Amino acid sequence: MTEQRTRGIAPRSIGTSLDRVDGPEKVTGLAAYAVEHGADEGVSAPLSVWLVTSTIAKGRVSRVDPSRALAHPGVTAVLDHTNAPRLEQTDNGELAILQDDRVGFRGQVVALVLAETSEAAREGAALVEVSYEPEPHEAELREDNATYKPDKVNPAMETDTDEGDVDAALASAPVLVEQTYRTPYEHNNPLEPHATVAWWAEHEGREVLSMFDSTQGVHGVVQALAPMLGLEPDQVRVRAPYVGGGFGSKGEAHAHVMATVLAAQTTGGRPVRLAVTRQQMFSLTGYRTATISHMRLGAGADGRLTAIEHAVQEQTSVVREFAEQTASPTRMLYAAPHRRTSHRLARLDVAVPSWMRAPGEMPGMFAHEVAMDELAVACGLDPIVLRERNEPDLDPETGKPFNDRRLVECLRRGAERFGWADRPPEPRARLDGDWWIGTGVASATYPAMKQPGNTARVTSLEGGRYEVAIGSVDIGTGARTVLTQIAADALDVAPTDVELAIADSLLPSASVAGGSSGTSSWGSAIVAAAQLFRADHGAVPAPGLHTTASAADDPASEAYAFHSFGAVFAEARVNRWTGEVRVPRLHGVYSVGRVINPRTARSQLVGGLVMGLSAALFEESHRDPRFGHVVTQDLATYHVASHADVLDVDAEWLEESDEAFTPMGSRGIGEIGIVGTAAAVANATFHATGTRVRSLPLTADHFLE
Amino acid sequence: MPGVVRGTGLTMDIEIDLVVDGTTHSLSVDTRTTLLDALRERLQVISPKKGCDHGQCGTCTVLLDGRRHLTCLALAVAHDGAEVVTAAGLGSDGLHPVQRSFLTHDGYQCGYCTPGQVCSAVGMLDEVAQGHPSHVTEDLTAEVDLDDAEIRERMSGNLCRCGAYPGILAAVREAARG
Repeated sequence: MTEQRTRGIAPRSIGTSLDRVDGPEKVTGLAAYAVEHGADEGVSAPLSVWLVTSTIAKGRVSRVDPSRALAHPGVTAVLDHTNAPRLEQTDNGELAILQDDRVGFRGQVVALVLAETSEAAREGAALVEVSYEPEPHEAELREDNATYKPDKVNPAMETDTDEGDVDAALASAPVLVEQTYRTPYEHNNPLEPHATVAWWAEHEGREVLSMFDSTQGVHGVVQALAPMLGLEPDQVRVRAPYVGGGFGSKGEAHAHVMATVLAAQTTGGRPVRLAVTRQQMFSLTGYRTATISHMRLGAGADGRLTAIEHAVQEQTSVVREFAEQTASPTRMLYAAPHRRTSHRLARLDVAVPSWMRAPGEMPGMFAHEVAMDELAVACGLDPIVLRERNEPDLDPETGKPFNDRRLVECLRRGAERFGWADRPPEPRARLDGDWWIGTGVASATYPAMKQPGNTARVTSLEGGRYEVAIGSVDIGTGARTVLTQIAADALDVAPTDVELAIADSLLPSASVAGGSSGTSSWGSAIVAAAQLFRADHGAVPAPGLHTTASAADDPASEAYAFHSFGAVFAEARVNRWTGEVRVPRLHGVYSVGRVINPRTARSQLVGGLVMGLSAALFEESHRDPRFGHVVTQDLATYHVASHADVLDVDAEWLEESDEAFTPMGSRGIGEIGIVGTAAAVANATFHATGTRVRSLPLTADHFLE
Repeated sequence: MPGVVRGTGLTMDIEIDLVVDGTTHSLSVDTRTTLLDALRERLQVISPKKGCDHGQCGTCTVLLDGRRHLTCLALAVAHDGAEVVTAAGLGSDGLHPVQRSFLTHDGYQCGYCTPGQVCSAVGMLDEVAQGHPSHVTEDLTAEVDLDDAEIRERMSGNLCRCGAYPGILAAVREAARG
């Protein structure tokens, strides 16, 4: 394998709305997701696994009585901590299930039931009798218990930053906004529940573990599981041809994956399948922590910021640490000489939090951008003018120049399209029948990221066609389609001449579909392999030649800070009698580098806006601290936006190409749509009603007088 | 009535027939088996997806004896002899027009809710043709004017977490015009 410096590629298919290459399979339902593979793919007569989960938040399992379960027809085995296969490594407290009697949160896996049918497995799980020795637990996030300072915040950022003299600057600031903003627990809830099929076999004297898994990264699952199981990575094969959404929750293997693998270890090679229930997803597959943001903005009367402070309080799990980087966007968004950020956690006896679309940026920008709206009001300035006045010359976080910071252009283009100029400056100025009407704006930003460890392989086939292989996963983003386009342009052939192979850990290594980094990371590797293939084998290669390569880092790019930007505009209508909030218009304008496929890109950006709207209006997981679990654990009580809630939602983007970042000129689009969106809606409800709401979701009770 | 009953005292297996996308299947189901699990786990018919198993998301929607129906809320034994049409069986010659519109307007991303959305749209358009009103229909006696509010209301039993609602709306609107 070679590291290859890439050159920019001429866009031909890139920039066109190539049809999704997997569209017909999806609209007919013939696309096979994790537990839908059959005997032709090695999954013959699978046993079903059902999880038994803890009913206490902390303590010990004193006894598991499987006798009633085993007596149920069809049940073949019950595994618990006394008889489950042992793991070689147990440092990952989330994955090391059934290795001891400890219970770290309510909903943790304490036993598995295997059965001939899912009905028998489910009934068997209900019949397993688990006795506990409970201990006192702590499951409530409060300002007085979120005091633990983690070493780093996700993924490896500084926990705190401090520049200048923030306290002095705030003390002397003519205008001060000092408020606390809150976001609730949120659950990713992809429509496909997490699911895994696994089977063990012997191959040339070695154990081999094969899996279909609903994951955002097949190689990541191998890397997480292999050492825990005492296997070499090449003894584990993970495939994920179709994944029904992830939004971060399938970014890392969770406990159910290990449950399936351990169960499969006991069946003499027979496959086992496990589909997590929607209810179990609320304790086993990750979620966004609730956040408390203490914001202090100091500014001159002209609105120019002199000091920014963002002190975050949130929570993690005792079982495994995850520290959301909520203040990270505050470090780079606006200019101010004095600035300070911090993160403090409550370490609770609760389910393990993890990535949810735009971890850090989503809750952090809600706080920062509502605070900016309050500052605009305090200064008597238009919110767009306020943001223009606080544009930094250099990235405030690194001191480097931005490569293409076009936030102001996004704001101006959006304002023009939205009709912002007609907006009355005062709140509570427009009443239409029973509805107060207002408009709001917020900035969006997301870092441009590329991950290390990506390799692609190009192989010449008969008839001028090429196989292009990399183990990346399409979780609905359109990766299968845009990587085909990138490969076609990099090889200078038609997309129909590219046979793309993805979603299998036997293929060259690929990083996770997360952090809006997939297309940039995988696409750069594909361009590297294609350009090296052409250099080695020419324009008319004989069939069967191949080249494998990674993209070398470009040292020149170290000089810049790479971020995407956007502006979100919302119109809100708030019913004067019921407090109901409707959002008739929600528009985003983005600067995200070159858009590779306008059709799939629009869906990515609009999908982010819709999830942001959903967070603004509905989403809230309610944890009962007495018991330690989320009680709103289904889609009837955890509300997400439905068809009737989504009115005029649209996205557009500025024409640009960022070839300093990737040879395609693209920067990543998966997450920025959710950033700032809830703030724009909240700011619009303030403008409509004059009532400032500083916590999500914007439920009706906030607006009742 | 189901023909054969075989019981152990704790469970019962019953033989039923289902016509799925034009093919007749005889199968044995547990009395606890949902129609969705009968299709997915007994017949390996994977087009209807399982999103919540509680009738809250719409992902498992098929046309059951001609009407859109949530198969996770139906017990298989109660539908002996039923005719099931999934998204895989909608088109008589290639894709159904609703499916083609979904492709044109990118009314999907991950594809998991999509077969249910498609079946729901086909069933909904038939309900409109029969004059069924919805919650947002103003005049219950007039012919339904299938505007955007009507489409959104009638499709709201089908959740899409990818947020493809604007594309689905455009697709259904186009398909409704024919």
